[in-house]
Amino acid sequence: MRKISRRTLVTTGLAATAGASGIAVAASLARRYGLIPPDAGGIYGPGETLTYAAQRLLTRHSSAREFERSQISKPPFANEVAPLGDAFKRLQEGAFADWRLTVDGMVARPASFSLAELKGFPVRSQITHLACEEGWSYIAEWSGVPLSHVLNLVGTLPQARYLVYRSIQPDWWESIDMADALHPQTLIAHGINGGELPVPFGGPLRLRVPRQLGYKSLKYTTRLTLTDNLKQFGKGLGSAEPETGYSWYAGI
Amino acid sequence: MADSVWGSASAAAVPTVTVRSRHSAVVRATHWITTLAFLALLVTGVEILISHPRFYWGEAGNVLSPPLFKLPIPASRSTVPTGYGYVLPDQNGWSRYLHFQSAWVAVLTGLLYLCFGFVTGHFRRNLLPARARFSRAIAQQLRFWPKRTEDAGSYNVLQRLTYLMVIFGLFPMVIWTGLAMSPAIASAIPPVVTILGGQQSARTLHFFVSVLLVLFLVIHIVMVGLSGFRSRVGAMITGRSAARRETT
Repeated sequence: MRKISRRTLVTTGLAATAGASGIAVAASLARRYGLIPPDAGGIYGPGETLTYAAQRLLTRHSSAREFERSQISKPPFANEVAPLGDAFKRLQEGAFADWRLTVDGMVARPASFSLAELKGFPVRSQITHLACEEGWSYIAEWSGVPLSHVLNLVGTLPQARYLVYRSIQPDWWESIDMADALHPQTLIAHGINGGELPVPFGGPLRLRVPRQLGYKSLKYTTRLTLTDNLKQFGKGLGSAEPETGYSWYAGI
Repeated sequence: MADSVWGSASAAAVPTVTVRSRHSAVVRATHWITTLAFLALLVTGVEILISHPRFYWGEAGNVLSPPLFKLPIPASRSTVPTGYGYVLPDQNGWSRYLHFQSAWVAVLTGLLYLCFGFVTGHFRRNLLPARARFSRAIAQQLRFWPKRTEDAGSYNVLQRLTYLMVIFGLFPMVIWTGLAMSPAIASAIPPVVTILGGQQSARTLHFFVSVLLVLFLVIHIVMVGLSGFRSRVGAMITGRSAARRETT
């Protein structure tokens, strides 16, 4: 049997103590500051929680990189979507004049905005990168009303912790935490590269979340719901993506 | 039952040779945890790669932009033109979950190993080559290496340099290029990605560094095989050098 030196003993003891107390402190902080993602159950929960918690601590207020106009991808690439349903086609025939965005849940004044009303709100434009989980990406200039502007209009209640947003396409919905919902770069986008937002890119309305992968930027957005609990939506995993095997948090 | 078998085996081995400790417990544990994490990262990395087996340089790239190069393999997405008439099954969901979870395991294990290596002098003693012996030793080792019985207790200069390059070069690079693909990390620390030339450059570099790591893995396994697979793997499991047992 090898003799254990005092140095080894002290080092191991210190490392074990630091490790154990580190985990305990981290777990308690994670619970207090809402750093546990809704898809934290299951075998990939520890990795998801570490990623989400670490990135929330590091990126709560950081801004997505913005680019020069000369860096815009020509042409950008619109990923394919499932065939558009009848509800969408009816609105498309009317040039989206009747498209509405409903805001409800934990808000003081639930509201519903027409496309024209949304376009009348202050416009923010930003040239950002959209990366797909598949590996490809493009840079485009997105224009729209900052989501925070609309949330201020309806009066988000302080207990709201997540924003659930739904597409007109059936079973297509997402959610983000308030750090992303109130982030100045999160837009209700209605324009791209100086023009209208074409249907393949999610037009007429796409919730653009530039600090996460493309699939969090939901196409054909029709409804925003503020909540303090994601368990009551779908299978309780936070969005449609974890139900098909993809992670809820996509800041990666 | 199992205990008595173990007991008799080691009892037979111990009296005949002076058994030296070849690998410390921390090195052995981190070695095998890293092995598992790396294999998971490799399988899931390939799985993620086949959803878009094209590579670009710069910030952005997609099927409408010219690739730096593309791999001549089918893809798991129908939107990628590959020349193949079929699309592979899409396994990106669990692959991405497992890729990042394994990355955490590899990074945390690596940090533990680094702390251990610096505190105990493992790097200085076992991996840093002595300067005086450098060029002559390399030339000599290239001529005669590998030899089965050669100094089983320590690494030669080429081995030391290779391990140092993997530990302080390739692993940090693969972690860095991986983090550089994250839009959230890039928002918090933009130089992580801008130094590499852009998000797509980071992806391309991530691929090349991974290829080098796989190359190391193959050479590593071949070398272990050439110098006595059972005794070397045994040493990495039990910590004891079994080289002398082989020669007796």
